[in-house]
Amino acid sequence: MTATAVRTGGAAAPTPDRRRRRKGGGAAERLWQASPLTYVTLLAAVALSMFPLYYMFVIATRTNDAIGQTPPPVTPGGQIGGNIDRLLGNDSAAFMTGLVNSAIVATVVTVFVVFFSSLAGFAFAKLRFKGRNGLMLAILITMMVPTQLGIVPLYQMMYEWDLHNKLPSIILPFLVSGFGVFMMRQYASQAVPDELIEAARMDGCSVFRTYWNVVLPGLRPAIAVLGLFTFMEQWNSFLWPQIALGDPENPTVQLSLQRLSQGYYNDYSQVFAGTLLSVVPLLVIFIIFGRQIIGGIMEGAVKA
Amino acid sequence: MTVQSSTRPEVAPGQRRGGSKPPTEQPQRSRGVLGRLDVKYSPYLYIAPFFVLFGVFGLWPLIYTLRMSLYDWDLGSTVETAKFVGFDNFTMFLGDEDFWNSVVNTIAMFLMSTIPQLILALILANALNKRLRGRTLLRMGVLIPNITSVAAVSIVFTQLYNRDFGLINWVLGLFGVDPIEWSAHSWSSWVAISSMVDWRWTGYNALIFLAAMQSIPRDIYESASIDGASAWRQFWTMTVPMLRPTIIFVTIISTIGGLQLYGEPLLFTGGGNPLLGGSDRQSQTVTMFLMEQFYMKFELGRAATVAWLLFILIMIFSVINFLFTRSLRSADGKAKQRKAVKL
Repeated sequence: MTATAVRTGGAAAPTPDRRRRRKGGGAAERLWQASPLTYVTLLAAVALSMFPLYYMFVIATRTNDAIGQTPPPVTPGGQIGGNIDRLLGNDSAAFMTGLVNSAIVATVVTVFVVFFSSLAGFAFAKLRFKGRNGLMLAILITMMVPTQLGIVPLYQMMYEWDLHNKLPSIILPFLVSGFGVFMMRQYASQAVPDELIEAARMDGCSVFRTYWNVVLPGLRPAIAVLGLFTFMEQWNSFLWPQIALGDPENPTVQLSLQRLSQGYYNDYSQVFAGTLLSVVPLLVIFIIFGRQIIGGIMEGAVKA
Repeated sequence: MTVQSSTRPEVAPGQRRGGSKPPTEQPQRSRGVLGRLDVKYSPYLYIAPFFVLFGVFGLWPLIYTLRMSLYDWDLGSTVETAKFVGFDNFTMFLGDEDFWNSVVNTIAMFLMSTIPQLILALILANALNKRLRGRTLLRMGVLIPNITSVAAVSIVFTQLYNRDFGLINWVLGLFGVDPIEWSAHSWSSWVAISSMVDWRWTGYNALIFLAAMQSIPRDIYESASIDGASAWRQFWTMTVPMLRPTIIFVTIISTIGGLQLYGEPLLFTGGGNPLLGGSDRQSQTVTMFLMEQFYMKFELGRAATVAWLLFILIMIFSVINFLFTRSLRSADGKAKQRKAVKL
């Protein structure tokens, strides 16, 4: 019974109610049974999802002539080391700089977004102050404005502040996120009991200490998800870095890849080695936190 | 517990913990004026970073974009030197073939990526909603495209669509189709670029639909099954209408993202001047057109105009989406009625 329950339940543990119904069986029961067709559909979808990544890996590990072979190669070769050497030795792509820059930018932005969002989310969910609802509404409205609407003046601003071609130009505009505040507020109002906050205050905690010692630990799951999303978004960001970092010697990883693909289009194995390296950090994160990421997407969907 | 002892070592812990109802006045008083100010005003401090940073890097540029769009403003212009031209920039673009070409490309790619994507995502979600072995692995499997970087996806797909040694032409060749130069025509660029977007987002949307499906009470299916409705019929007449709010949510998000399409077409185009979307502007999107004004021609005022036109386009499509998805309502009402009868 426990075994079936674990296998068959939804995201949450199966309720006794559901278990009873399952025992009842009947026509409705068959609806949730996975048919062979279900598995075929899903496995085909997974195969299609994996294939481009696998193909990328194959080309990245072979010599350049692999690309023209018919039928196309399907197994990895042993050239990955040489391809990466060529990639890193390629000064005009500045791939290593790009990788490091992207890591710095994504990390800094993630830390700030998580900090500012959880702080504001806590205030909106748990503290009483004048104008609370109106201000929250204002934040929701900001979520609907596409960021690229402001890129022209933003560029001028960075130029005037002498920040263009420097990393702060692609960090500063993204330190806060309306989505982040909203998500943290939703989570804090459900996951952090008022009694806990009251208790901390009774003990003389300042409001900030309450946040730091009581609220923040309670928000950990939401922080993990927001952090991962923010990191991925920054890692993938393209338009604004292209504008703000015009200097080819100081790119992000996406800009290096663009330069690689446009300048060295005939050295496919080098270009693909680059794409592979740009994806690996994300894949590692995904393999470690896959379950949380999926949970975050699904939970966010229900709340929205 | 740890919180208590670490923050207030000077208070005898036993005293408070023992009592079931701690006196409310005492700690208030001990916090003093500072404490009261803290409670009353510190919330503003906590939400201030958002408003300050958004004001500087979000709101101000937004307003300034509107202002610039009304000027003949180039790279060296300042508020004093730029010439006010009213709505000339707007009327100019509304009569500009290249602008409309980019609008058509954007809308075509948006439709070709969003519609199949949503249908596939619904089907996938329905499959994932069954009782499955290896559930987490299957979910991760369909989500993995979403975790890759835009540039990587675009580079790999561009290679797959390569005329001479791309895998797709090779497969088509097995069926006797002549090699297609995918980037040479509008329609084929649309297919190629839409497929990248589809590949990247279908699994993500499937998970969102799955979450919504799991919140549908299962007993309504039970009664429908007893009434003899087939699984397929139940999917279309019950599941899909019940997912209406989620479908609206997903289409609006896809609209905002889809109409801003940039990285994929840019990398797909390649060549001498990728911002143009190819020699005949086959794959130039509105954002690429914006960048052409901004980054190639240094016409900042016109670029700002395009930004606003893009924003208006997004708004129009959001409204159309909303009206369209609202038409699912009648079916939704029926499903609710059925549920009410059962209860």
